Amino acid sequence: MGLIVTPFLLRDRLDLVTLMTNVMILSIFAISFDMCWGFSGIMSFGQALFFGVAGYVIALIGRDLDFSAIWGVLPIAMLTGLALAFVLAMFLLLGRRIPSAIFVALGTLTGSYAAERLVSGWQYVGAGNGLSSIKLLQLGSFEFVEGFEFYTLALLNLLVIYLVCRFIVRSQFGLVLAGMRQNEERLAFLGYRVQVFKALIFSFAGMAAGLAGALYSYHQGFIGPGNMGPGLSTAAVIYCLLGGAGTLIGPVIGTAVIELLSYGLSDIDAIRHFWPVVLGLVLLVIVMFQPSGLLGLVVSDRERIGSFGASGRRSTHG
Amino acid sequence: MFGALRALDDVSIAVNRGTFHGLIGPNGSGKSTLLKAIAGAHFPTTGTIRFHRKDITNWAPYQRARAGLSLKFQITAVLRELSVYDNVLLALQSHESPWSLVLSRTRRRLDSQIMQALDRFRLADRADELAGKLSHGEQQWLEIAMALAPGPKLLLLDEPTGGMSPEERRMTGELLLPVKAECSLVIVEHDLDFIKNICDHLTVLDQGRVLCDGTVREIEESPEIQRVYTSRV
Repeated sequence: MGLIVTPFLLRDRLDLVTLMTNVMILSIFAISFDMCWGFSGIMSFGQALFFGVAGYVIALIGRDLDFSAIWGVLPIAMLTGLALAFVLAMFLLLGRRIPSAIFVALGTLTGSYAAERLVSGWQYVGAGNGLSSIKLLQLGSFEFVEGFEFYTLALLNLLVIYLVCRFIVRSQFGLVLAGMRQNEERLAFLGYRVQVFKALIFSFAGMAAGLAGALYSYHQGFIGPGNMGPGLSTAAVIYCLLGGAGTLIGPVIGTAVIELLSYGLSDIDAIRHFWPVVLGLVLLVIVMFQPSGLLGLVVSDRERIGSFGASGRRSTHG
Repeated sequence: MFGALRALDDVSIAVNRGTFHGLIGPNGSGKSTLLKAIAGAHFPTTGTIRFHRKDITNWAPYQRARAGLSLKFQITAVLRELSVYDNVLLALQSHESPWSLVLSRTRRRLDSQIMQALDRFRLADRADELAGKLSHGEQQWLEIAMALAPGPKLLLLDEPTGGMSPEERRMTGELLLPVKAECSLVIVEHDLDFIKNICDHLTVLDQGRVLCDGTVREIEESPEIQRVYTSRV
């Protein structure tokens, strides 16, 4: 609700509407990481790869094909993320044996790093300068400009992604994910092909990250190598851990807290230069003393994991 | 014949359909290793494992589980953060496609089957509790309930009464006997009285070799077994 009334309260502060739009787009990105790590135990340290590549793809389609109709480009961005994640999953997750978390973390991190290096040296995609003046996203003759229009679009996308993820994690499929992150081996002996479930959820998360990347580059009018590198990949990890991994609202809270604080505090001259250090320390404290994130302060593990049986048998115990 | 197996150091055992087959022997004799090789936790370097006339030696654990092999681990491996009910649901829905799971197509239909499985192992009134909150003995029962729920053809139990009180052991025996009508069973167990009560056939292992193989009575009367068991256990 808060997100729906926000733009009316902020009528005169376009900068804040833009900031909130950004928070919502990055929240989709953070949720995509949470689907991997928080819900499925896949340590994806390269989530920005799907975000950035999709952002570049739609920027190039706008530049070279002069096309930016929303019904075409957003599905293309999602497919890009999905396909890329699936290809990576074939290498990292679909082996004969269940891969270790470290192997997956390093594999995804390497992918993200390699992609950043590749585009920084590639003239066709703007090399180190990235691609700017991206063609505006269109619906018929209507153009989504920065401000209320884009805010509404981002909000709708966040809601859809949130609801789809919620449907998945509360389904019988979500039960498999919950079991998988507790004991993968046990699930294999129950007859689950754990790798396939991992590849599916990883690909789905790639799709969501791709959507976020496209929205981001349309909103900013810019996409650069940094938007697909380890820096942004790590940001997804931090948003998620701060808010609370394994919940869907946690990554949204984490993203909002970090982005709003960064915005507010970097305006104050006295702490502008120290702010990243302060942020780093706060995050360190949270990871050490509150591993379930900010949301863990109000939600118990039991509620967080939930139950999956027929609706008549919902948990009654705390 | 149900299946034949060669593993460890020239071990060869055959489990017949509808029988309870006990594996006994001193610590380190290879009982658990043999069981894990059958379930797919270890891949044997030589030899073959046949199940229903199919060579399953190189099958992954999930393929064996789908073919009807069900394993209860020695160390309880219930999913502690899930409810007792959800643990059984997880065991029952493993044959479904990911898409059907996303749509939760069988959630309602499986309800009565889950409650039946829990009822059988006296866990029905604890269905909504977290599996991690159960006592050790109850966790063992939950594991057996999970292993049995999908209707396996062969159930592998690794020390089902480990850490149980004598009363719990007796009850476990009672709960397991009716299983004979449903599937075959290979059981590794230290408690000789327990195993003699429920098994039809015994294989005695010692240092990775088969020392003796026969019906419970044949084994009991073998002087060699008496010697190994009284001197080493």
